[in-house]
Amino acid sequence: MRKYYFFFRMRFATGLQYRMAAITALTTQFFWGLMECLAYKALLDSNAIKAPMDYSALVSYIWLKEAFLALFNTWAADNDVFNMILDGGISYELCRPLSVYKMWFARTIGGRMSEALLRCIPVLLCACLLPAPYRISAPASIGCFFLFLFTMLIALGVTVSFCMLIYILCFFTVSPNGWRVFFMGAVDLLAGLVVPIPFIPQPYRSIIECLPFASMSNVPFRIYSGDLQGMEMITAIGLQVFWLFALIGLGSVICRLAQRRVVIQGG
Amino acid sequence: MKSIRLYFKYVSAVLTSTMQYKLSFLLMCIGRFIVAFSGFIGISFLFSGFAGIKNYSYGEVLLCFSIVQAAFSLSECLFSGFKGFSGLVKRGDFDRMLLRPRSLILQVIGSRFELGRIGPLLTAGITLIVGIRTCELHLNIMRIITLILMILGGMVLFSALFLLGATINFFSIEDGGIINVLTYGGKDHGKYPIDIYGEGLKKFCTFLIPYTLFQYYPLQYLLGKTDNSMYAFFPLGTVVFLVLCYAFWRFGVRNYKSCGN
Amino acid sequence: MITMKGICKSYKVAKRNAGFKEACKALFHREHELIHALKDVSFTIDDGEMVGYIGPNGAGKSSTIKILSGILAPDSGMCEVDGRIPWKCRKEHVREIGVVFGQRSQLWWDIPVIDSFELLKEIYSVSTPSYNQKLEELTELLQLSEILRTPTRQLSLGQRMRCEIAASLLHSPRLLFLDEPTIGLDAVSKLAVRDFIKRLNEEHKTTVLLTTHDMQDIEAIANRVILIGKGQVLLDGSLDDMKRAAMTSGDDMSEDSKNLDLIVADLYHNLNIL
Repeated sequence: MRKYYFFFRMRFATGLQYRMAAITALTTQFFWGLMECLAYKALLDSNAIKAPMDYSALVSYIWLKEAFLALFNTWAADNDVFNMILDGGISYELCRPLSVYKMWFARTIGGRMSEALLRCIPVLLCACLLPAPYRISAPASIGCFFLFLFTMLIALGVTVSFCMLIYILCFFTVSPNGWRVFFMGAVDLLAGLVVPIPFIPQPYRSIIECLPFASMSNVPFRIYSGDLQGMEMITAIGLQVFWLFALIGLGSVICRLAQRRVVIQGG
Repeated sequence: MKSIRLYFKYVSAVLTSTMQYKLSFLLMCIGRFIVAFSGFIGISFLFSGFAGIKNYSYGEVLLCFSIVQAAFSLSECLFSGFKGFSGLVKRGDFDRMLLRPRSLILQVIGSRFELGRIGPLLTAGITLIVGIRTCELHLNIMRIITLILMILGGMVLFSALFLLGATINFFSIEDGGIINVLTYGGKDHGKYPIDIYGEGLKKFCTFLIPYTLFQYYPLQYLLGKTDNSMYAFFPLGTVVFLVLCYAFWRFGVRNYKSCGN
Repeated sequence: MITMKGICKSYKVAKRNAGFKEACKALFHREHELIHALKDVSFTIDDGEMVGYIGPNGAGKSSTIKILSGILAPDSGMCEVDGRIPWKCRKEHVREIGVVFGQRSQLWWDIPVIDSFELLKEIYSVSTPSYNQKLEELTELLQLSEILRTPTRQLSLGQRMRCEIAASLLHSPRLLFLDEPTIGLDAVSKLAVRDFIKRLNEEHKTTVLLTTHDMQDIEAIANRVILIGKGQVLLDGSLDDMKRAAMTSGDDMSEDSKNLDLIVADLYHNLNIL
């Protein structure tokens, strides 16, 4: 366990080095969040129909999305891993007496947490200081907050285990950017990052809610504001746990198969 | 004339390189199409429950989305060399460009050409047709000219922003990624006519970064919300912005030469 | 003819310390320091000369090459190449020079070498007859005919270097700057490169400025050596002058018993420029 912790820490420290990148991300996220809040305000104001989500819940959802983008986007997977696959550095990794799956899992989580930690605090701070309708509200209750933290962890696990599948796919085909872009649009849409899932009309909504992508950021962000509660929430958490184990199981099985028939590029 | 010939030589060299990685290229094309298309699906999902936004209908939003999408992907297709500019500087490729007796801009543009941007263009085309159908827009010659000018004006503006982003690299060792707020932000949030974001932002997008010149104002004319045909020619104003960015680029090159890296 | 007079150049560099705590600190505050890369460098090189430019790592060799090729503008001082100020009239200047960086490639990575050459022909606007003639000449001298159709990424280092040199000469420059052209090459390729450069100079009277760490390059090619250390020219003369300098300032071992690398190492030590 210690050695995986080391990979986590190493990646975490490198992530902190990029100051300008952090400032850039903060500005980007802040403005994008604000623009989205403004757009939804205009949308909800100009229609008399009751929206599927309260505006305040929607604002919280948007700010959490921008603050924790680094945790949950599937396309910004760890570049080091991709480079390793491309330039053959992966042969070193395979020589180490460690499980490749666990090692990559640890470093990906480390990389994501370091980026998210740098970005979430200033973004959330800005979101707290904004005037009334655009301000992020406090969690619906203490219970909601703890459930939010708990489901965030599972959601991160689901996201990373999905990224692991992309790594393995790249490992077989040696074309990282291709697969990354290939999944980017679809995953964003299905995970509720383009439009929050409650806004998606039936029957699409029911289908999308069963997919692993809905078990990513969608669950914690909606629990935070109390939008997701009761039976619906318990089902969602159950699905999250199911997908976490399913994806990790699938990933490690394929990873073991992959190691058995290694094709190392240029190595 | 010679420059155009050289540009096509560059493009054919880049395409030859791309074709060495066929699977990757194919995935990128499809992937980019899906990314852009998910934007379209997102809008239609959202508007399945709502009639419109401010005084724009679903079809009108689609029209606006498709124009911005087309302008952005055209610009990205032709000028993607500027997007990877920090890499060019770091790898020393830009030094090599300084050693060649040709315009630097031409060489940077020629260093990368992303044919995969056809994907988003396709989406833009589909959305445009759906949009025109949905809001039953009657196309006459003046409206077609407006539409074309909007796309070209947007292309000029986004290209100017890419150039601006590249220039930032001359002054900072770290990435000039801050410009993404304006480029990708402009593309993503420009899907709605700018006035829905309020008066303050509209002013910002007119006097600082002139998005409204190719988006909001000509759109009013295109959708028949105003009769002032002058609005149709507002996109031409983006050229001024491009000239300013070019001057800044020239200043940046001079600075680069005196600082080194 | 190259003239450099009193050229100075300094850079501002950000300090970066290791460690987790330092990384956090650097988030808010970063220290800079001024590095003087060149301090009052002066020399002249006549047409047709072959000059070796040596010095330890970080002595200012690359900065000099960059200034001469117009990539970098100095802080002060005067520099003229055939009457042109390199960084002021870039396009006219670079038409007349060829530059080879041993550590970097100027060929397009994924396309066949010949396609890169065609592109360079277009970039330098070389007329078709003179391009064909030059290509034929270079192909023969550098034995390129076998590898012209291969993409650059598949070439060995030696093959690639031969192509790099050819690429820098397609537009028949009057001046050739070589920055560590033999780095990492095997013995056969090294000899081939040296031979070619000598012939080039004999046949076309091309002026050659060569930086290298390989003293045998200098011995084989250069008839004059400029030694630079800590941004200053410390010695300008023939290889024998250099040996003598090492002798007088060093110990009393006989000249023949030392090889060139030892002489240079001694010289660096004695001049205290490491």
